[in-house]
Amino acid sequence: MNALARLLGREIALAWGRGGGPLLALGFYAGVVTLLPLAAGPDPRRLAVVAGSVAWVGLALASLLTLDRLFERDFEDGALDLLALGPLSLEAVSAVKCLAQWLVTGAPLALAAPLAAVGLGATPRAAVLVVAVAALGGLAFAFVGGTGAALALASRRGGVLIAVIVLPLLAPPVIFGGAAIHAFENGLAWTTGFALLAAYALIVAALTPFAMAGACRNALS
Amino acid sequence: MITALTVESLAVQRGERLLFKGLDLSVAAGEAAALVGANGAGKTSLLRTVAGLLRPVAGRVWFSGEGGELESDEARRFGCHLVGHQDGLKGARSAREELVFQSGWTGGGAGAALAAADRLGLTRLLDLPVRVLSAGQRRRVALARLIAAPRALWLLDEPLAPLDAASRALFGDVMAEHLGAGGLILAAVHDPLPIAARAVEVGA
Repeated sequence: MNALARLLGREIALAWGRGGGPLLALGFYAGVVTLLPLAAGPDPRRLAVVAGSVAWVGLALASLLTLDRLFERDFEDGALDLLALGPLSLEAVSAVKCLAQWLVTGAPLALAAPLAAVGLGATPRAAVLVVAVAALGGLAFAFVGGTGAALALASRRGGVLIAVIVLPLLAPPVIFGGAAIHAFENGLAWTTGFALLAAYALIVAALTPFAMAGACRNALS
Repeated sequence: MITALTVESLAVQRGERLLFKGLDLSVAAGEAAALVGANGAGKTSLLRTVAGLLRPVAGRVWFSGEGGELESDEARRFGCHLVGHQDGLKGARSAREELVFQSGWTGGGAGAALAAADRLGLTRLLDLPVRVLSAGQRRRVALARLIAAPRALWLLDEPLAPLDAASRALFGDVMAEHLGAGGLILAAVHDPLPIAARAVEVGA
């Protein structure tokens, strides 16, 4: 078994256990989409208008819940030293960590997203698109959130830093994904928003590992 | 494979404080050097600098192999073990999972990891979560990767501190074998090592 598979296995196991893993994210997500109708009133027409958007924004927030500790445990218990002296670069280690986070929380959330959207009154025809948008968006959220988590290492007010750095970077994928879902529901061309979302996800997945590795090196030194 | 470590007029600073400067040190194959010095003298920082985790303010560290100087990053990634005072073990995972990961990550197979555990008397503990292990048992789990994954240069930070007398003697044998096979050991210590080692004063 090579180092990459070994690391991915470990990271998946850790992500599964971190703060309740997928259950916490799914529970939070369920909470958001069930509380909204209670607050917005029982009129289904009003809900149906925002169903897709709420399902989407709820997912963005839920996927960030367990991300802030992505590097912190390894940093605190010394495992990051070991990871830095292994066969893979810290860039690859960071990417694997984000990927594991996405597999453990992003993928289940993507599967739950159409249930939430349709439950709130969105058209079931959009279900496949919602899964695809949620999966791609989740990938972007994992890498952007991981960057915040790495930058927050070795700083005392890490949580605040994550909010300040991560939330602005979450705006573009939320806009693109929301636009794609809206366009589809209204019978317009949805591919533009979807393509932009895919481009954003690929760019952050390609670039942020360098930022994460730099932040880890800085925290270790 | 690393056959020599050379540290040349090294200066390391932590925050505003200069820990030491002009430190020269060389360790050849089959040799052990014991870093001694007061608390806060910079022993740990020296080890972390050799491991490439800290950047020195002056001087350099290099590794030589049979064919001359080695590429530092490569030498550290594939030829260097660092066991610090933190064990890097996750409390919720079993000792077996953590040991197999740590060994595998540094280049040792699962079979070698279990053999190393046997050598250090850990077999009985492997199915327990790390969180219930004592400090000495945890340290032994961390040290097992030194046996399981063959790497020439061992950087050890107070390796024996939490160990009982029997484990210290056992690990002494392990270190002696490593040196016999052409390995190098650089260890920060307060108590003398159970093997012949040259003392190097840090931060005098």
